Amino acid sequence: MSHIYDSPIRKPLIIGDKSYHDVTVDVAAPVEGKANKQWWIVFSISLLAFIWGLGCIVYTISTGIGTWGLNKTVGWAWDITNFVWWVGIGHAGTLISAVLLLFRQRWRMAINRSAEAMTIFSVIQAGLFPIIHMGRPWLAYWVLPIPNQFGSLWVNFNSPLLWDVFAISTYLSVSLVFWWTGLLPDFAMLRDRAITPFNKRVYSILSFGWSGRAKDWQRFEEVSLVLAGLATPLVLSVHTIVSMDFATSVIPGWHTTIFPPYFVAGAVFSGFAMVNTLLIIMRKVSNLEAYITIQHIELMNIVIMITGSIVGVAYITELFVAWYSGVEYEQYAFLNRATGPYWWAYWSMMTCNVFSPQFMWFKKLRTSIMFSFIISIVVNIGMWFERFVIIVTSLHRDYLPSSWTMFSPTFVDIGIFIGTIGFFFVLFLLYARTFPVIAQAEVKTILKATGDNFIKARAANKDSHHE
Amino acid sequence: MSSNKKYWKSVEELNENSSIVEALRNSEFVEEIPTDEFLGNSSALSSAGTTRRDFLKYVGFTTAAATLAACEGPVNMSIPYVVQPEEIIPGIADYYATTVFDGFDFANLLVKTREGRPIKIDNNGMAGAKFAANARVHASVLSLYDSMRLKEPKISGKTASWVDVNSKLQSSLTDAKAKGGQVVLLTNTLASPSTEKLIAEFLGKNPNAKHVIYDAVSESETLDAFETVYGERALVDYDFSKASVIVSVGADFLGDWQGGNYGSSYAKGRIPQGSKGNQKISRHFQLEANMTLSGAAADKRVAMSTANQKQALVLIYNIVAGASIPVTLEAKLKAEVSKIAQELGKSGGKGVLVSGIQDKNAQLLVLAINQVLKSESFSTVGTRQIRKGSNQKVAQLINDMKAGSVHTLIMSGVNPVYSLPNSKDFVDGLKKVSLSASFSLKEDETASITTIAAAAPHYLESWGDVSITKGTYSLTQPTIRPLFDTKQFQDVLLFLNGIPGTYYNYLKANSASIIAGSTWNQVLHDGIFVGTIPTTAGGTADYNGAASALAQSKVAQGLELVLYTKTGLGDGQQANNPWLQEFPDPITRVSWDNYVTISAADAKKLDLSNEIVADGGLNGSYATIKTSDGVTLENVPVIVQPGQAVGTVGLAFGYGKSAALKEEMQVGVNAYSLYKGFNNVQTVTLTKADGEHEFACVQGQKTLMGRGDIIKETTLKIFNTEDAEFWNPQPMVSLDHKEVKATSVDLWASFDRSVGHHFNLSIDLNACTGCGSCVIACHAENNVPVVGKEEVRRSRDMHWLRIDRYYSSEETFAGDNERKENIAGLSSSLSTFNEMENASDNPQVAFQPVMCQHCNHAPCETVCPVAATSHSRQGQNHMAYNRCVGTRYCANNCPYKVRRFNWFLYNKNSEFDFHMNDDLGRMVLNPDVNVRSRGVMEKCSMCIQKTQETILTAKNEGREVVDGEFQTACSSACTTGAMVFGDINDKKSKVAKLVKDERMYHLLEHVGTKPNVVYHVKVRNT
Repeated sequence: MSHIYDSPIRKPLIIGDKSYHDVTVDVAAPVEGKANKQWWIVFSISLLAFIWGLGCIVYTISTGIGTWGLNKTVGWAWDITNFVWWVGIGHAGTLISAVLLLFRQRWRMAINRSAEAMTIFSVIQAGLFPIIHMGRPWLAYWVLPIPNQFGSLWVNFNSPLLWDVFAISTYLSVSLVFWWTGLLPDFAMLRDRAITPFNKRVYSILSFGWSGRAKDWQRFEEVSLVLAGLATPLVLSVHTIVSMDFATSVIPGWHTTIFPPYFVAGAVFSGFAMVNTLLIIMRKVSNLEAYITIQHIELMNIVIMITGSIVGVAYITELFVAWYSGVEYEQYAFLNRATGPYWWAYWSMMTCNVFSPQFMWFKKLRTSIMFSFIISIVVNIGMWFERFVIIVTSLHRDYLPSSWTMFSPTFVDIGIFIGTIGFFFVLFLLYARTFPVIAQAEVKTILKATGDNFIKARAANKDSHHE
Repeated sequence: MSSNKKYWKSVEELNENSSIVEALRNSEFVEEIPTDEFLGNSSALSSAGTTRRDFLKYVGFTTAAATLAACEGPVNMSIPYVVQPEEIIPGIADYYATTVFDGFDFANLLVKTREGRPIKIDNNGMAGAKFAANARVHASVLSLYDSMRLKEPKISGKTASWVDVNSKLQSSLTDAKAKGGQVVLLTNTLASPSTEKLIAEFLGKNPNAKHVIYDAVSESETLDAFETVYGERALVDYDFSKASVIVSVGADFLGDWQGGNYGSSYAKGRIPQGSKGNQKISRHFQLEANMTLSGAAADKRVAMSTANQKQALVLIYNIVAGASIPVTLEAKLKAEVSKIAQELGKSGGKGVLVSGIQDKNAQLLVLAINQVLKSESFSTVGTRQIRKGSNQKVAQLINDMKAGSVHTLIMSGVNPVYSLPNSKDFVDGLKKVSLSASFSLKEDETASITTIAAAAPHYLESWGDVSITKGTYSLTQPTIRPLFDTKQFQDVLLFLNGIPGTYYNYLKANSASIIAGSTWNQVLHDGIFVGTIPTTAGGTADYNGAASALAQSKVAQGLELVLYTKTGLGDGQQANNPWLQEFPDPITRVSWDNYVTISAADAKKLDLSNEIVADGGLNGSYATIKTSDGVTLENVPVIVQPGQAVGTVGLAFGYGKSAALKEEMQVGVNAYSLYKGFNNVQTVTLTKADGEHEFACVQGQKTLMGRGDIIKETTLKIFNTEDAEFWNPQPMVSLDHKEVKATSVDLWASFDRSVGHHFNLSIDLNACTGCGSCVIACHAENNVPVVGKEEVRRSRDMHWLRIDRYYSSEETFAGDNERKENIAGLSSSLSTFNEMENASDNPQVAFQPVMCQHCNHAPCETVCPVAATSHSRQGQNHMAYNRCVGTRYCANNCPYKVRRFNWFLYNKNSEFDFHMNDDLGRMVLNPDVNVRSRGVMEKCSMCIQKTQETILTAKNEGREVVDGEFQTACSSACTTGAMVFGDINDKKSKVAKLVKDERMYHLLEHVGTKPNVVYHVKVRNT
């Protein structure tokens, strides 16, 4: 791979005069160096949020779901909104590392590690909600098809919630294995550079005894490819199954066949936005501007723009189908979404998800780091609202007008959501300080092909094939 | 095959010469066992402290002790029977026939007891027992277990013995006699032949004594009118089933008007009957100020103030009786009323007119009109005895008290300090009374300031007799030993009269003459005895004079306040009953409150409003009510009530209590303070007060939004002339490009449901009056928790059965449907739907009881990940509470939104300090239904505990279940015939026929859920 040179019109993926050693040093620097003040500030805030969320969770479990704002009509709100939101965010990591690997998109190499870390950390957040939203979470293991002493009592394979259990657990485990496989050579690099015996020991365990032999590398490539093949359908299946929680129901606004592709597009959309959010900060903080370049950000912005437009089309299709169906309940559900008491949520969603990504048509904007950062936040707000809109506005006014009501979150609802954001950042910040945040082994394979200095050297020599 | 294998015992055997082999051949062990060493020394052995036997004993004992200690010993809160009473079999319910009359509510009952505890009120189905329990009576079983009851007699606030109470009363009587002071017995209406006899004897013994009857909510004017014409203080017992035209002028006869209990006879005439194409139902006109249950049921409702109602009554009198008293009525109303009057006049004996106007002249006209009509519904045979109070006598008593001429005052069943409008006068008077006693269930406002607070037993602990209507005789019997140190008023009277024995003996002896032809045991078993029913002889009065006087009654300036009683609390006796507090009012659907109802037009004028806030709760302005006499009631919450006559406001009695009430129950304002002169109509002014009131309303959306397929309705004319497809259209879908019935398309293979039982519940929307008995019956039967005002406000009420109430947005529901059909384009739909959220100023009203529909294709069943909810062979949708993990997915996916989640722990939790939080209150729990824990979903089970019991009973008796035996709590509480439950596989059953009826439809048929609850199209006789 390393000897496939890019076309000269392609932009370099690694900027600056980087040698292999430079890559090693750059990637190892955040791990080996000391955390700066900003890191500690952000970490403390995240930890505080996490602890606050944990407190809210403990309060919920000890007192009851009644501490949330739910009611007899709206049985899910922030809990499942957050669940779907976090799962959706996770999708980008798998897409980048698996799908782009299969498509040989080499620009993924600089971002796949962090994107996958984001996947795993966000799936952990996501997985929290189906458990704590239960009335009796201590019995959560009942949703697993395990042998039991309840006689012939078995789980209900008809239930999309059960499919969720399988989808999420499969997703988490495959992602974790995939991620870790990629990490092995990099952990080995850190192990080899480690000075203190403790660090050496830890990284030696984490690297599973990676020796760097040719056979190791061959197996590494093979496993990566196989796992990429396994993970790719998961990109589609996980959110398809999540969407079936709604699509297989009978509630107007949920009972929609468009949901699987629409959800997947939305997931990729929000995931890329989150990757942008994280990497724009990380490249600065960890001095990785040479690896995570404007071009990376631009490419991700393009994905955001495309998936955002797909989502937009889906929204409009929904409206059209509701009208075209002639079903009054369906029609009212969508009319109510756009103009009812939660009109502000619908229009926040529309603005953030459909209108804001359209700015990315302008090169000037999509290559602006500040603008990309803002849009990435806006998109994630929009995607949160999308799930809120789907869940709450469909439930709060369904078939029988007598049961119509409203939903308003309590401090516990909000606290748990903030807590998961805190937890996510705690994990991510710890990751950024202890893990090789760029797949340096992979990046090294493309250094000569797409490194700025090598491209320049080739151009100077007019001879790129015989170094 | 014989084996030649050699089994080696040890390696030594290899060595032929080993001595060990030899030794082993002879003995078991190679070496000598040193038994002698430790058993040989017999002297040491015998001197040892522990023998072998002792050792075994110790081992045995410690093993047994350890085993016993390992099991947790049962904590016995109850003492088991030494001698098991023959009639009490654990697990089998006993039923006792009894009768309730608490001065306000009355009914013939069957009380279900389990292991000696009354747990449920049912209706007595005996012939002649025609008075059914309303919501309050159904709830009264919980009032028995009220932890705030007065548990022992108190003298001046200190616990005392009954001996002290008796002697104190006796000496006071002697003292009164000596001083020539008055002795007054102030009671509610008793309608009890034995108690009345006892009182008569008391009055005979104490010539200085008198008996004053006081009804908190007075019917005095009606009684006066009836007395004038018929010479008897009684009320007419109407039979609405015989009427084809019913005109009600301000009488909420489906509510508490003259005691109520007219639902079943009314509903009989409301279910279409007759040959196909010529079916008939009665036609009901309602002229009223407040929106009432009767107004909601009416075919035509005219909203008008009481002042106008008086004129309308005179107008009707003019037209029906051919008089010509000048009437002042607005032209439009005049035309409407004239039309109604003409129709009434034409109907002759098939017509009936009732009125709730508290005015003797008005009530005289009612008698006159019905006399002219020769109304069959109006009968003076067997008049109602349940209201006897006299306004004048109560007023006289207060004057006497204030004058200091009352020496001893003994009260029973009344709470005048709370319920008198001039309660301050009463309290002042009471200070001048030398000794006062109040027989009361509670240490209420009155009992807490009388000398003696005499703890009275609940009716379920008492003996008694009631003659609800003349000629019938019902017995009240205890269903449990008195829980506390209580004594009946009658027992104390017996003592004061010097009659030995208990009231039971007295009652039994006294009944002998009344129940001629029957036996005590038989009457006690039946609960009722119907003797010869005397007719009250007719009479007449100066009706024209009454009409003229009525026509000239002054119209007051300002708003007209119409006081009424709510279905939930009635006169307020059971204010500490959490079931009733949480019961949503059938009309406003607000629980835990009373409020002033006002028309939208007046509300706008006074800047009063209601709004739904972010969490779905209903907020309302506060208003200050000031009567023309200067009495003010501050901070009364406001409900803008569709159908409220412009210029009038309504306010319910029964709230604003504080004595002997848990803090949570101290809600609302005391409307009795405005009840001046026992007149339910007062002239008031309303002013907006600061602040917003937070209501606990279970239904925020008032209208049906043109969704005519939820409550299907038609008019009698269309019903008789068109095919069923026209007025009861089935939803159609396209299958292979052909229109087919939605119900015929199915993704799933159906089960064979022809074997065994298949339960269906039929609900006739024509018969349902929205009375709410079923709601409370369900509450009691199924241990449904009470969650409190704050939780209800947050849309977390737990009712398994709710009665949805919808208003039309146009003048009629048909108009709504039409308006929705006519929507053209997006902008029109936006504005139309927005407007349709508001109810019309005088809307049509529809009630729809909704509980779990027990769908054969239940959306909830497919989505539960742990299969906690699943379907039974018998059609019931089961809920396995123990299996539920509480994902709430089922509730979300329920199109009917009937599933209820246990958001918190509702029992044994001090945060929810209702009956399930104390040992006494928990005695009401039905042991056949478990109490759900936190975090699980619950819902209507179609009373599976009842259906299973019926099946078992029939099986034990070796017979088939008879139609009518299968009942749910709601269907057995429903006496209007709206709810019929049964087995549709029993082809001859009533419900099987109803399910086949042309009027039958399923709720949200098009969703394809195939429910086992069916509804019947509402037919309006407009």
